Amino acid sequence: MSTSPETKEKIYVCRCEEITLEEIDEWIDRGYDTVDELKRVLRVGMGPCQGRGCQDIIMREIAKKTGKPITEVAPMRVRPPVKPVKIGLLADGGEK
Amino acid sequence: MKKLSTEVLVIGGGAAGLSAAAEAASAGAKVLVVESDLRPGGQLIKQTHKFFGSKDEYAGTRGFKIADILLDEINSFKDSVSILQNTTVSGYYKEDDEFTAMRGEEEYFHIKAKKTIVATGAQERLIPFPNNDIPGVYGAGAVQTLMNVYGVLPGRRVLMVGAGNIGLIVSYQLMQAGVQVAAVVEAAPRVGGYWVHAAKIRRMGVPILLRHSIKRALGEKCITGAVITGLNERFEPVGPEQQINCDLICIAVGLSPTTELLSQAGCKMMYVPQLCGNVAQRDRGMRTSNPDFYTAGDAGGIEEASAAMVEGRIAGLSAAAALGYPTEHGKLDEYWGRLQSLRKGEAGARICQGIDCVLVKDWEGVAHA
Repeated sequence: MSTSPETKEKIYVCRCEEITLEEIDEWIDRGYDTVDELKRVLRVGMGPCQGRGCQDIIMREIAKKTGKPITEVAPMRVRPPVKPVKIGLLADGGEK
Repeated sequence: MKKLSTEVLVIGGGAAGLSAAAEAASAGAKVLVVESDLRPGGQLIKQTHKFFGSKDEYAGTRGFKIADILLDEINSFKDSVSILQNTTVSGYYKEDDEFTAMRGEEEYFHIKAKKTIVATGAQERLIPFPNNDIPGVYGAGAVQTLMNVYGVLPGRRVLMVGAGNIGLIVSYQLMQAGVQVAAVVEAAPRVGGYWVHAAKIRRMGVPILLRHSIKRALGEKCITGAVITGLNERFEPVGPEQQINCDLICIAVGLSPTTELLSQAGCKMMYVPQLCGNVAQRDRGMRTSNPDFYTAGDAGGIEEASAAMVEGRIAGLSAAAALGYPTEHGKLDEYWGRLQSLRKGEAGARICQGIDCVLVKDWEGVAHA
């Protein structure tokens, strides 16, 4: 559900990194039309939820704006860890 | 660093994972189930309603009771199955063929497995609209967990977005908990869930507005209402707009498969709209293109828990067979028969279309293609 142009309200797509739909649209228009590229420029999907909340919305937005079917929009590359791990836990050799 | 090893690793202790564990153990395999929640059962533990489907998959039994039945079955295999709770598998490292896992925030360790069944389930899909970040906007599944697992009332008056089974069932359960349901809005021109669930809430006087969706949430510090709008055939908001008073907005617009670990294992993936997302291709034994990885349940495509349980059985059976344990001849066909009977009807036809896209006859043939 996109906003009507007259509204200036913010629509958060990536809540972890506080990235709005407007920002995502702007960068897609500049040619950053893959989830991985948007992740690099905007940090979308790099917060605690690792894209679980936003990836799907971003893929749909890319499909909508580029006219590509969603089946051809590549999902982001997922590296471990898939959930945040405290650096202190690793520094302690895995035991607190 | 501590390292656990097992024959069969089952990631996710929900409907699919517990069924997979039981099946693999019944063939003789040693199984380790890793569950991120505080107790196993997955989404079953909050399903207070009776299941449909077929008798083989416990139709007529309430979801949380089915979790108990599966756990009893697993306990009957004594030491062959162990379950780690409050533990998240955080990654798979292909070069070492090892997993990392974290128990709470206290312990971090490695797991080595001969075969792995990824039964990680799904996550709730969200939709973007203004003020969607104000407290009071929830996934419908999250609200169901709050109420039915933790006994927390999420609000007084709710707008439900989505009339699929989750939206309808959670609406009814909210009413049972004393929450008023202001309306259910559904972007599609028809109710997606079972008629019986829709009828139940209609009888209680709740409007189900088809071709409608939320336009924006209202409120400053917490939700005080929502504006809904009519949609055209292309799902564009065309009005008329209506203001709904509510302190809770539940989003029930579907789920996406959770597949990170399958991607990390290099399994061939495909976006299949009928299965609601990016899922692993698999053969009839639920084996992926990585011969040591199997997919089962919602992680392989969004479907009902009854189908997830059968897929879990299949994955458990194939993993045990691949390890050399004798398995009953004809069991695989029997399970596929059960899947077919669960996949009858309109929703089932859509699932079958999706399955056709991701099902491969045998992996050797694909490698040479």
